[in-house]
Amino acid sequence: MSEPRGYLALEDGTVFRGRSVGADAVVFGEAVFTTGMTGYQETVTDPSYAEQLVCFTAPMVGNYGVAETRMESDAPHAKAVVMRRLGGEEWAAWLHGRGIVALDEIDTRALTLRVRSEGAMRAVAVADERSTPVETALEHVREQPSMEGAALVAQVSTPEAYVAHPEGRVRVAIVDYGAKRSIVRRLAAAGAAVSVFPHVCDPDELAACDGVLLSNGPGDPEPLVEETAVVRAVLGRVPVLGICLGHQLLGLAAGHETYKLPFGHRGANHPVLDRRTGRVLVTSQNHGFAVRPTEAAEATHVSLYDGTVEGFDFPELRARSVQFHPEAGPGPHDAWPILESWVAELGDAG
Amino acid sequence: MPARRDLHSVCVIGSGPIVIGQACEFDYAGCQALKVLREDGYRTIVVNSNPATIMTDPGFADRTYIEPLDLEGVADVLRRERPDALLPTLGGQTALNLTVELYEAGLLAELGVELIGASVDVIRRAEDRQLFRDAVQSCGLRVPASRIVTSLDHVEGLPVPAVVRPAFTLGGHGGGFADDPEGLRRQVERGLAESPIAQVLVEESVRGWDEFELEVIRDRLDNVVVVCSIENLDPMGVHTGDSVTVAPQMTLSDEAYQELRDAAAAVIRAVGVETGGSNIQFARSRETGEIRVIEMNPRVSRSSALASKATGYPIAKVAAKLAVGYTLDEIPNDLTKTTPASFEPTLDYVVVKFPRFAFEKFPGADLALGTQMKSVGEAMGIGRTFTEAFLKAFGSRELDPGSPTPWATIDDVPEGIHPWFLEQLAGAQRELRSGDIWRAKRAGWGDDSIGAAWGTSGEEVRRARRAKGIRPSYRRVDSCGGEVEAASNYFYSTWGEEDEVPPAGDRERVVILGSGPNRIGQGIEFDYCCVHAAQTFRALGFEAVMINCNPETVSTDYDTSDRLYFEPLSPEEVLAVLDREQPAGVVTQFGGQTPLRLARFIESAGYRIMGTPHAAIDLAEDRERFGALARELGIRCPPWATVEGAEEALEAAREIGYPVLVRPSYVLGGRAMRVCDDDDQLRSAMAAVTGPVLLDRFVENAIEIDVDALCDGEEVYIGAVMQHVEEAGIHSGDSACVLPAQSLTLANALEVEHVVKRLGPALGVVGLLNVQLAIADQTVYVLEANPRASRTVPFASKAIGINLVEAACRVAAGAKLADLGLEPPRPAEISVKAAVLPFARFPGADPVLGPEMRSTGEVMASAADLPTAYAKAERAAGRPLPTAGTAFLSVKDADKAAVAPVAAALAGLGFDIVATAGTASTLRGAGLDVEEIAKVADAVAGERTVVDLIRQRRCDLVINTPQGSGARADGYLIREAALVARVPCITTISGAAAAVHAIANARAETALSLQERIHRGATQGSSASPLLGVSDNA
Ligand SMILES: Nc1ncnc2c1ncn2[C@@H]1O[C@H](COP(=O)(O)OP(=O)(O)O)[C@@H](O)[C@H]1O
Ligand SMILES: Nc1ncnc2c1ncn2[C@@H]1O[C@H](COP(=O)(O)OP(=O)(O)O)[C@@H](O)[C@H]1O
Ligand SMILES: [Mg+2]
Ligand SMILES: [Mg+2]
Repeated sequence: MSEPRGYLALEDGTVFRGRSVGADAVVFGEAVFTTGMTGYQETVTDPSYAEQLVCFTAPMVGNYGVAETRMESDAPHAKAVVMRRLGGEEWAAWLHGRGIVALDEIDTRALTLRVRSEGAMRAVAVADERSTPVETALEHVREQPSMEGAALVAQVSTPEAYVAHPEGRVRVAIVDYGAKRSIVRRLAAAGAAVSVFPHVCDPDELAACDGVLLSNGPGDPEPLVEETAVVRAVLGRVPVLGICLGHQLLGLAAGHETYKLPFGHRGANHPVLDRRTGRVLVTSQNHGFAVRPTEAAEATHVSLYDGTVEGFDFPELRARSVQFHPEAGPGPHDAWPILESWVAELGDAG
Repeated sequence: MPARRDLHSVCVIGSGPIVIGQACEFDYAGCQALKVLREDGYRTIVVNSNPATIMTDPGFADRTYIEPLDLEGVADVLRRERPDALLPTLGGQTALNLTVELYEAGLLAELGVELIGASVDVIRRAEDRQLFRDAVQSCGLRVPASRIVTSLDHVEGLPVPAVVRPAFTLGGHGGGFADDPEGLRRQVERGLAESPIAQVLVEESVRGWDEFELEVIRDRLDNVVVVCSIENLDPMGVHTGDSVTVAPQMTLSDEAYQELRDAAAAVIRAVGVETGGSNIQFARSRETGEIRVIEMNPRVSRSSALASKATGYPIAKVAAKLAVGYTLDEIPNDLTKTTPASFEPTLDYVVVKFPRFAFEKFPGADLALGTQMKSVGEAMGIGRTFTEAFLKAFGSRELDPGSPTPWATIDDVPEGIHPWFLEQLAGAQRELRSGDIWRAKRAGWGDDSIGAAWGTSGEEVRRARRAKGIRPSYRRVDSCGGEVEAASNYFYSTWGEEDEVPPAGDRERVVILGSGPNRIGQGIEFDYCCVHAAQTFRALGFEAVMINCNPETVSTDYDTSDRLYFEPLSPEEVLAVLDREQPAGVVTQFGGQTPLRLARFIESAGYRIMGTPHAAIDLAEDRERFGALARELGIRCPPWATVEGAEEALEAAREIGYPVLVRPSYVLGGRAMRVCDDDDQLRSAMAAVTGPVLLDRFVENAIEIDVDALCDGEEVYIGAVMQHVEEAGIHSGDSACVLPAQSLTLANALEVEHVVKRLGPALGVVGLLNVQLAIADQTVYVLEANPRASRTVPFASKAIGINLVEAACRVAAGAKLADLGLEPPRPAEISVKAAVLPFARFPGADPVLGPEMRSTGEVMASAADLPTAYAKAERAAGRPLPTAGTAFLSVKDADKAAVAPVAAALAGLGFDIVATAGTASTLRGAGLDVEEIAKVADAVAGERTVVDLIRQRRCDLVINTPQGSGARADGYLIREAALVARVPCITTISGAAAAVHAIANARAETALSLQERIHRGATQGSSASPLLGVSDNA
């Protein structure tokens, strides 16, 4: 039995070969890496990874199997998983069963260093080189759309509004750009009832809640004109908290600019400085775009890694946001209080 | 917040001699801290009794005190130096305990010294069982429940399973686990009987749970960072120091890991560590996920050193900066330069640590692992996968053939290991069996293992794979998984990946081979030499490249060399690094025996050994050739023969004459050496060894001399002539030694010098040479010549104020001794080195000294006269000599004549003398007043024995020299009781004489720093003969 040999090819022509342990398919997307050492299932099911091929810098991936409780959405969103060493068969079988291409025995550090120095690139993951030679695949890669300018939230957002957690002292509306379940879980744990709305929805309905949470999500925020308009329409009417893409949309709504980072921030170890207190949070991150650095006072949090904006506070608008993931899942819980105190404040205000 | 400018001087306390549980990781920590404190402009003062540390080198601090680490010693230094602050978190438990003592004695307040890094409250909350439990519970976490029990009546109703820990027994002896009430009863009964104060601690047992450690750092703004997670393969019940460990943790999901992370942050906050690193240990049930907090060390630790090496995050350095006021976001990451210390390290490789045991040295000791640490060193492997890292660490232990150790072979898997690890190992075995070189290498198998599995040699495998172009590639440790560009100089090898930035630059390179895991006989002294070698070659304009696999050391600090390869010291890995580096030379003389074993491979691969070539080593180690050389040079060796098997041995012994010494060659630390008085003993000694061995005439009642010298191939410079306190027959590593030698006649001194001066060039030494000699009846014998750095080099260098390693490197690089302009050493003072022995960890093994080395570490003390220096050294070794009280004497027949003056001197000092029958009658015969006491074996029921006396703390000094095997048992009981009661126990009559001399004549002397001593030495010189540092008044 000869195992299928697969590969990942970057648009610049670099090829990384390995062992195919997932679905037999050819998938296109943006090649990115994450430095988190735990939480592979949470990562792959995070809708923000839509249209991406995820390389794990962690040496061993899949060690502790899979569990329903670790789902961040209904299904995987990353299109391929790239690993140095697969740590368990259950994980490979799970990926295989869900149509995800999985490559093992890849020189992930070489891939990571390439992406770090050349930037995130369009790429293709091929499960079986015999069926799709590199040249053919690369031709197709160069025809793929780039992540810059890609509006992706429509494909991961809920089509209809629904109630995610019925009981609570306050009612929070999540605008779903690709929301992670951990956000719902943390809000619920903090005592909020949670309803989820589609990415474009009626601002009045949102404003009728006690608070609005703009969720995380994939792609470029700039083309999301309608979504930004909805945000603008609720600002000032109801307390708003943005996370990740939600933070970028809040920034756009407030007149800031966003731009594509060379290769993004993905991992569970980035320090973020709260400029108001001098305190440092170790954060979970996953974003390819950012709000342009600014010295403006409303930029409350800044990345100690590259100086990009990590959070806003607009007190007069009762709106704030963070670029990182306070809900964790995966990653450190240091920023849980951001969600908890927001819900508590909503309760106090109501 | 930048550094505090209200502080100007900071005192750092080291951890003292190397003991089990406290090794050179604290030298690594201390060095790092001193470096950053000095860079920040603080005046630094260091106190440590261990001369083999780099941190006590004169250049590392403004003031260096090699003084005993006891209240008196440290208080003395603080009084002289009046530092603004004391940083107690770098010297292990020793420094923390001392700090509490200083505080309780009111000295810190009196002298206005501020504690930084950890307050006394924090230390107490972490150390005191009850306070710690309260702190842990205050954050909603649990510790294992426990109860102190003093009577069997209290056992009823205690929960099981439980672990029973008796108070004050050796190495936790008499303790153990109980799974049911009946078992608990039995265990408590036994524990109460074993404990001299009839007290045991009964604790909820979580044996078999998984054990994890987190290395946490906190700054004064309450920012907390987790540097590293460490998973123990051996589950709870085996001390973490004895466990195989892996980083990062491998088996926990994100939610489970984050739970531990949260708990660690909560505990460091609850205990209140304001700035610095802590190690927090957890037990976690594999089935239920329940967590118990086991302990917390509010300081740098063995695990933090491991974590620093595993991640590239220098915990001690950061902790020192935090202590003087910086915050985590202000301290840059050394490896990336651009990110701050608040960036948590992430690993794209796996690190495995294997403990190194020394059970072969302690026959009779219990090999089972438990809650007390028994390992003496560790090796670490880095690989891109678990099995790659595991196999590197596994093979780096340099086990002595046949020595008993846990996990001796790959299949010898300990119990209770998480199935994930077993699967990984099974996978690696499958790859090995595939018969495919490429697959075997990818799994991490070394050439030698592959050779062994495939019925060929490692060299053959190497040739085959190289023909196929299969070579390792090198990866960088960058602390960030490649996310940030890092110019780090810290590398490890892997297979089938891109190679990261091969070395460039036009400076010639020198590769220095380290000494591998610490073991008895090869420890920190050799690391000291390697670090100095790196420094010297850098100063000489070379690029210094280090290869080593010991995570505890300064040599594996990436700051020490231009490039660090964290790799096993076996031919495969070393040759691969040489291929990559193409060095001008390889330095093998500083890493003890380890690099010497590689010298042959290095030379036959066409690389040049810088300094003493392999031929010289071979000549010195091959007894036949060495014997011929000695004859040629007119140098006397004890009569000897090489033999194989008992019959040959018996025949040779008849010619040589008893007593004979049996010694296998090519070993260090007197491994398996035995003195035999007759045919029977010889027969049994021969049964214990294989292969050719050396029989030496054992020179009785001889003074042993150690010489450290330099040779440039022609000329010889004698650096130090040291005289041992104990007679020849007690391993040089275990006996105390004095510099300058005190009782050599001028004629003997001249002969010693003459012998060494002829041996150096004749062997072809270019660098350091160590010669051990015995002098009996005015005859000088050479016991052995080691054409390499010896264990005494750091001690000698500090005592004479001349850096012998630096000089050796210059010579190895081509200088002539004449170019170096070395003055003859004239130490102004007398220095004593005393050994520290680990017997308390190995109940069952007899704590007597012999030709096999068993000490783990050493201390140094200097003073104007010998008694003062000796008394101070004994204090530093943790055996302060009594000045009054009761002395117990029991000596073998051969020592009876010599014991009388010793006892008389003690009586003259006011000691009450107690002795067993034979000794008592000798002493009475000499006109002394003696109380006779029964031996254990002879005691009638109820009669008080010497063991009772010791246990009741009614005895202050024990002098007991072992009789032949008959009295063994009795002697053992006496010595064990003394160990438990911490009564100084002297097992040689020469040691006893030195001790009594010291008790009678030691004077109070204030501490003096090394800098001042050296200055004094340079201006005053010694009263001793300038020739050799030897006096002729014997
Ligand atoms: N309650 C317990 N049940 C089972 N094993 C234990 C328990 N407490 C400690 N141990 C084991 O003993 C070892 C040493 O205990 P610890 O309290 O960490 O002492 P030390 O200060 O020597 O590190 C631990 O590493 C663990 O394996
Ligand atoms: N012939 C001998 N007579 C008496 N003692 C000896 C003799 N040979 C060795 N010894 C003792 O044994 C110890 C260890 O022997 P040595 O040759 O130095 O071995 P190692 O290589 O372990 O240092 C010496 O330090 C010395 O005390
Ligand atoms: Mg411990
Ligand atoms: Mg020796």
